[in-house]
Amino acid sequence: MRILSLAGRRLAASIPTLFLILIGVFLLLQLAPGDTVDALMAQMGGGDAATAKELRQFYGLDLSVPAQLANYLWRLVRLDLGFSSIYGKPVATVILERLPPTILLMTASLSFAFFFGLLFGVIAARGVNRWPDTLISTLGLVFYATPSFWFGLMAIVVFSVYLQWLPPGGFEDIGTIRTGIWHVFDIAAHLLLPTLTLGLIFLAIYLRIMRASMLEVLNLDFVRTARAKGLDETRVITRHVLRNALLPMVTLIGLQAGTMLGGSVVVESVFSLPGLGRLAYESVVQRDLNTLLGIVFVSALLVISVNFVVDLLYARLDPRIAAEG
Amino acid sequence: MDAVKRYFRSPAAIIGLVLLLLVIAMAISAGFLYPRDPLALAGRPLVWPFSNPRFLLGTDNSGRDIAAQIFYGARISLLIGGVATVIAILIGILVGAFAGYYGGWVDNVLMRITEAFQTLPNFVLLLVLVAVFGSTLTTVTIAVGVVSWPAPARLTRAEFLSLRNREFVQAGRTLGMKDIQLILGEILPNALPPVIVYASVVMAVSILLESALAFLKLSDPNVASWGNLIGLGRDVLRVQWYVSAIPGVAILVTVLAVSLVGQGLNDALNPRLKSR
Repeated sequence: MRILSLAGRRLAASIPTLFLILIGVFLLLQLAPGDTVDALMAQMGGGDAATAKELRQFYGLDLSVPAQLANYLWRLVRLDLGFSSIYGKPVATVILERLPPTILLMTASLSFAFFFGLLFGVIAARGVNRWPDTLISTLGLVFYATPSFWFGLMAIVVFSVYLQWLPPGGFEDIGTIRTGIWHVFDIAAHLLLPTLTLGLIFLAIYLRIMRASMLEVLNLDFVRTARAKGLDETRVITRHVLRNALLPMVTLIGLQAGTMLGGSVVVESVFSLPGLGRLAYESVVQRDLNTLLGIVFVSALLVISVNFVVDLLYARLDPRIAAEG
Repeated sequence: MDAVKRYFRSPAAIIGLVLLLLVIAMAISAGFLYPRDPLALAGRPLVWPFSNPRFLLGTDNSGRDIAAQIFYGARISLLIGGVATVIAILIGILVGAFAGYYGGWVDNVLMRITEAFQTLPNFVLLLVLVAVFGSTLTTVTIAVGVVSWPAPARLTRAEFLSLRNREFVQAGRTLGMKDIQLILGEILPNALPPVIVYASVVMAVSILLESALAFLKLSDPNVASWGNLIGLGRDVLRVQWYVSAIPGVAILVTVLAVSLVGQGLNDALNPRLKSR
């Protein structure tokens, strides 16, 4: 219960941050050349000034900027993100349709990066300064420096064009209708390359942190005690070191949530996945500012909720945190 | 002198320095090795690398020399990476110094703003900035700098928090020094080393951010940049994959070099950490 109230307090503290972001981005977008009506008129193939004026009145764009901002925030409280003139649907609907692939992609990449980062970090720390460590650390450096979109393109060339093992893009095969387990397999096959591509840089970061954190914990007194009482090395690592070395890794999940969401913009564009990131890109290109603002809102919400979960996890891993709070 | 000696003791740091000097040499020599406009038509389109001695790395979809674009691209990447890093570090130091030195409500307000910037995914903010201010070389560079300052700000703040009540600062205060003198003259020089080392991380990320933006065709299309070339090569990826592959290697090498140099500097300046 204590954990919940602690995490809840941090959640409440992020509400002003959310408003700060929204007001900032809203005012920023006022400086953008052209508004929703311009985009709409361009879509319709042009129109006269009278129609434009009518439309502006309809969307409330003829009001002063503070009035528009107040309107926007009031609508947000009622979870109304406005209307996307490009897609002809409410922004909330457009975003909800695009959310599942992004969440699936992020969860898969995070799990991949976390699991293998942990594994490689432990292996590297166990053989510190010997060849497994050198190999893993070098690979980590190279992965960190690899631009994700370029890795994605090269993966498409190798696995989709030459070997033809995996589909080059999309979320599911639309040519054939699959049901049940085959549908799941189909989506998994489509998400394999994007997951690797997005997860690569995080794998590099996680393994570096895990290695450093393992080396730090391995030198602590309680590890020496565990060894002295005759535990074998595997038990020392799994029962004593791992749990303590895991804390910085969990912190990193919260810190990297935003970066990962940003990375999915690029990865979704490479693999033409119909997700939130690709929607962000499309709305920039099509000047659909309403949708862009909605995406800003939803991505900030996502980052805040990931941090909420991280807080809970953190308190579980280290009971001292909850006790002190 | 000791730090220099320590730097050159690490093979990784030396490799990083050599690679970085190589990229800088490419950027400098681009002008007289390829005096013609790198974006001008040079020959037949899609010539494979090493098949024609005139175009060592082949030509792209519209017959432009890839090697020339790689050399000129080094200029753009280093320029954007360097300037954006300076912008991010300057804003970061300013915000972090004031927040850490004054504490109280100044700290509260500045950290709230920092938090807001960190909650919003930086690439999404970059998209918003580009959507609003357009994509010229100047706006993209400033935008990349503006999204990268929160981490240096937090680092500077932490340093200031630990330094602001040290004896040498209190001595300065008793001497009647003004706040601004204490911040710039006394605390900042002591807080700077970790921030400077962190600049290498900011630069590596800046180069990656700009190339991702260019790949999405949202950066300046009128300069020869590696990201632009990868985006262009995407259209012919199935057969002429080399158009995308070559500039990607250039980005990888540059970012790797910057990270290795940063790590080498870190180990050289903080020798205690290295022995762990």
